[in-house]
Amino acid sequence: MFELLRRLFKKEEEMRSKDLARERLRLVLIHDRADVSPQVFESLKSDLIRVISKYMDIDEAGTSVELDSSKDSVALVASIPVICVKRTAGQG
Amino acid sequence: MEGRALVITSGKGGVGKTTTVANLGIGLAMLGRQVVMVDADIGLRNLDIVMGLENRIVYDIVNVTEGKCKIRQALIRDKRFDNLFLLPAAQSRDKDAVTPDQMKALLTELKKEFDYILIDCPAGIEGGFKNAIAGADKAIIVTTPEVSAVRDADRIVGLLEASDLPDPRLIVNRVKIDMVRRGDMLDIRDILDILSIELLGIVPEDENIIVSTNRGEPVILDDGSRASQAFRNITRRLEGEEVPFMSLEPGNGFIAFIKRLMGLAR
Ligand SMILES: Nc1ncnc2c1ncn2[C@@H]1O[C@H](COP(=O)(O)OP(=O)(O)OP(=O)(O)O)[C@@H](O)[C@H]1O
Ligand SMILES: [Mg+2]
Repeated sequence: MFELLRRLFKKEEEMRSKDLARERLRLVLIHDRADVSPQVFESLKSDLIRVISKYMDIDEAGTSVELDSSKDSVALVASIPVICVKRTAGQG
Repeated sequence: MEGRALVITSGKGGVGKTTTVANLGIGLAMLGRQVVMVDADIGLRNLDIVMGLENRIVYDIVNVTEGKCKIRQALIRDKRFDNLFLLPAAQSRDKDAVTPDQMKALLTELKKEFDYILIDCPAGIEGGFKNAIAGADKAIIVTTPEVSAVRDADRIVGLLEASDLPDPRLIVNRVKIDMVRRGDMLDIRDILDILSIELLGIVPEDENIIVSTNRGEPVILDDGSRASQAFRNITRRLEGEEVPFMSLEPGNGFIAFIKRLMGLAR
């Protein structure tokens, strides 16, 4: 009985197409804006390299920063090959 | 005092730019302002027929920028308001017939004589758009509450920013009240958040707009209709008045309705 109610409720929720529209728009605009201004990614990448270099030696040429989409989320995925971790890591 | 040039733009086509220009033109003229509407949708002239002025055209905007006639000769006076004018688009030319520099020079001249210059922009983001926004002081973006139109509006916000036209304001057109009630239409609040843009007005879907366009008598003249009220409110906001966003539902419960529309109550 409870389960049935819950499912009915869920059904109602799913029918609100405005919520679906909002989420789909939010996700697509993350990509649109990133595509339109790739310089944002370039400067993010160089900022990341600068910060991480304080803690470890990294392979700058092998570094990549990308958006990765699944069905209902977008993640920023950075791949940064580490060459060596500094001994003073964390302190400076 | 110098006039203000407002460009009405959208990204996606067919969302109501020309309708908006016609109604705001009349609305501002009703308040006694000196107004000129510039049809910058070259090759797809429309504003003349929406205004019911299609039989009066002698010269067009390209004739002016090419120096074939004076601005005054090309301006068509409205049949209802003698302080309202239309500068028609050229029909048999392409989108690049008016360059950004020519547009700027034209606006400089018009600003000397008019309080408001309303520019009807072509759809799209190519040359025609860039020419139409050149020299404008402020942009108004029109969208419908649909994902494709909002997505294209986002593109326009970015392009306007890159063209030194920051802080555009948004008109959400063709809002269908029964669909809002069912939760099947994007919330205005969500659209504003997603685009991070300020609202200028909400215009309901209204059959009177089609009837009035058939007649060449913009809907704002018909003071009983909801769309007319919406455009009158926008006109007053342009004049700097604080006008609450309209109720789209007559009778009681309208506050709750407006809240629902704005997405404040769920
Ligand atoms: N609020 C509304 N309710 C009902 N119909 C509307 C409304 N707004 C616009 N329309 C209708 O939608 C159509 C498109 O409007 P309009 O020509 O103003 O759009 P546009 O953005 O100028 O198009 P284009 O990109 O082709 O220049 C017209 O037929 C108009 O009558
Ligand atoms: Mg148009």
